[in-house]
Amino acid sequence: MASTVGVIFSSTNDENVPELTKVRSKGSIPYGGRYRLVDFALSCMVNSGITTVGMITKNNYQSLMDHLGSGKEWDLARKEGGLILLPPYSDESEMLYRNRLEGLKGSSAFLKKCKEDFVVVADSDAVYKLDYSKVIEQHVKTNADLTLVYHEHECGDVNSYMMFNTDDNDQILSIDVNQPSKGVRKHYINVFVARTSYLLNLIQTAIARGYSSFSGDVLVPAAKGGNIYGYKYEGYYQNIDSLQSYFKANMDLLNKDIRKELFGNRDIYTKVNDAPPAKFTDNAKVVNSLIHDGCLIEGTVENCILFRGVKVGKGAVLKNCIIMSENFIGDDCNLAYVVSDKDVAIGNGTTLAGCAQKPYFINKGTHI
Amino acid sequence: MLRKKECVAMLLAGGQGSRLYALTSNIAKPAVCFGAKYRIIDFPLSNCINSGIDTVGVLTQYQPLILNEYVGNGQPWDLDRTFGGVHILSPYEAKTDTSWYKGTANAIYQNIRFIKMYDPEYVLILSGDHIYKMDYDKMLAAHKAAGADCTIACMKVPMKEASRFGILNTNPDGSIYEFEEKPKQPKSDLASMGIYIFTASKLYKYLELDEKDPNSEKDFGKNVLPAMLNAGEKMYSYRFEGYWKDVGTISSLWEANMDLLGAVPKFDLRDTERVIHSRSPLAPPAYVEGKVVNSMIANGCEIEGTVINSVIGTNCVIEKGAEVKDSVLMGNTVVKAGAKVNYSIIDEEVTIGKKSTVGDEIERASKIEGKTNGITVLGRGLTVGDGKCVPAGEIIDKNV
Repeated sequence: MASTVGVIFSSTNDENVPELTKVRSKGSIPYGGRYRLVDFALSCMVNSGITTVGMITKNNYQSLMDHLGSGKEWDLARKEGGLILLPPYSDESEMLYRNRLEGLKGSSAFLKKCKEDFVVVADSDAVYKLDYSKVIEQHVKTNADLTLVYHEHECGDVNSYMMFNTDDNDQILSIDVNQPSKGVRKHYINVFVARTSYLLNLIQTAIARGYSSFSGDVLVPAAKGGNIYGYKYEGYYQNIDSLQSYFKANMDLLNKDIRKELFGNRDIYTKVNDAPPAKFTDNAKVVNSLIHDGCLIEGTVENCILFRGVKVGKGAVLKNCIIMSENFIGDDCNLAYVVSDKDVAIGNGTTLAGCAQKPYFINKGTHI
Repeated sequence: MLRKKECVAMLLAGGQGSRLYALTSNIAKPAVCFGAKYRIIDFPLSNCINSGIDTVGVLTQYQPLILNEYVGNGQPWDLDRTFGGVHILSPYEAKTDTSWYKGTANAIYQNIRFIKMYDPEYVLILSGDHIYKMDYDKMLAAHKAAGADCTIACMKVPMKEASRFGILNTNPDGSIYEFEEKPKQPKSDLASMGIYIFTASKLYKYLELDEKDPNSEKDFGKNVLPAMLNAGEKMYSYRFEGYWKDVGTISSLWEANMDLLGAVPKFDLRDTERVIHSRSPLAPPAYVEGKVVNSMIANGCEIEGTVINSVIGTNCVIEKGAEVKDSVLMGNTVVKAGAKVNYSIIDEEVTIGKKSTVGDEIERASKIEGKTNGITVLGRGLTVGDGKCVPAGEIIDKNV
């Protein structure tokens, strides 16, 4: 693969999932029993042969830093390159970056130092498994200025941010931004590839002209008559833009095929924690669930995702729940459609229920 | 300031473990899987780091490939250090003399130079075939308080089993007046756990003396310890109370695995005070659809069949209609639809074909007398064909 550096936004549209981003940034939202959202973009970059990754952080990134550490779990603790955190950088005129453009500007010092010819920029707001080297390959072949990755799916209730109109060769003719739409469209998944020098130029020009939006002010005009291509990603994709989509993305893992697609090769890396294997007692009854090391199951668990170290008491019944790490669920509790953040304790005999459209959310560290 | 370590640990990991038969055909005993996601060596290594000992030499000899890869740079145990850390010590070629490790004492003797690099006051000798949690720092404190030259950790064992161990005969103050290696008529039930702390200078002295003795078997229990005692060195016992199990035989390995089960197990890995670290494999949480009763399941498993009273290692697949009972699956094993596994220990990467049977119900099988007391053992990487039957108590080392 052509020499490539990665840049990941760890914090984009955090406000869409206020429950989960109260104590953390988007990228460090726990997912699937042991992962964080950022693991997908980061692992895929590593698996695509990228060995230098800049991680743009914004606010609330303690949890993210704790998760990433030195980057050794991704083989990114390196002398040359490796994982480089890019916390907000401010000169006299500004404080935190307000938009993607300013975020990229903050990373330009990092990019200027990189010797790599190409750059992949990705968000950490979705669950997907993309081979970035294929995108680069196409980018080189088409000799595009920018290659934007899209996923084709039905338009939802929420307006998709950017949708592409392309010709037969996937050259982008125009971009629809925030427009109500129906049917299957090509949705931008916030991953693009460019030559490093081209991107630096783009950022510099946009800042000089006082632009504020990377997509609105840079991408949309560039698409008109520009040399911009789309890359079609065909695998599993689920954007986390609400508690509801978070719930769905987790429950999708109970589907064998999706689980196999994402984790079959065991190449989504994450921070390792030495919990003992999960334990099931004589009264345990577990149906269609994911159970992480460290759990102790004494009750009934159906269609659930249990993170590390969850204790389910005797006679407790959990159905369609996502229970994050170190939760204590007391005896005879009855929980349905509950999303419980980390370190929650629920006293004996408690009944809590939500629904798939609106799961009942419990804040980190709550005692009920 | 000169850099030094107060105490260096030397872990004897070269043993063949011949009484584990097929399980150690091509890996060293300390690398044998235990408790669904661990290997035996995780216990002494974790004990070291939990006791504040960060310099460990691991002496390997027999089939070291998997062990070497597993220990690696010691990062899973926080033993990757710029000064100290874990080091694999294999036999090497020297200018004048080249030899394999001839015994436990000779293995340490050949690595005295390694120990001296850290200029320690004390040396802790460990073996890699026991399951236990122990604070070596407390033992070291006792060694210092007694002003001992050598301290031997010991524990009470049933009198009828005492002749299997090195037995310590002690005075009321804990000092040792006699050491008997596997006595026919034991005088006490205090068994040596194979854990010794030596004052470094005394260790060097007696290893050198032992090396010169042509009649010596170069063994700590048989030669070095008795020699020190005869010379009148101060030797003390250190009483350990808690769970300790020698997993050198098939039945003791099976028992130790079973001791982990239940909400209040005999040996608890869930306590967060002294975490046993391991090279935790990268796998998603276990998917469980079937019936799982009184068992332990590691990450990466796909369980659609039935699991009863069993320990299931990482990345095992138990298909619909398959049943695993009273068994230990070490990891990466597939039990296909309709297969039955009973009272067995199955090594890593085994495939058990459709509708085949392995072993027999524990009630019947455990009456069989033999090398394994009726436990069926399947070695690493083998395949049991569809519809095949492996009788109880068999030790299988090639495909069926």
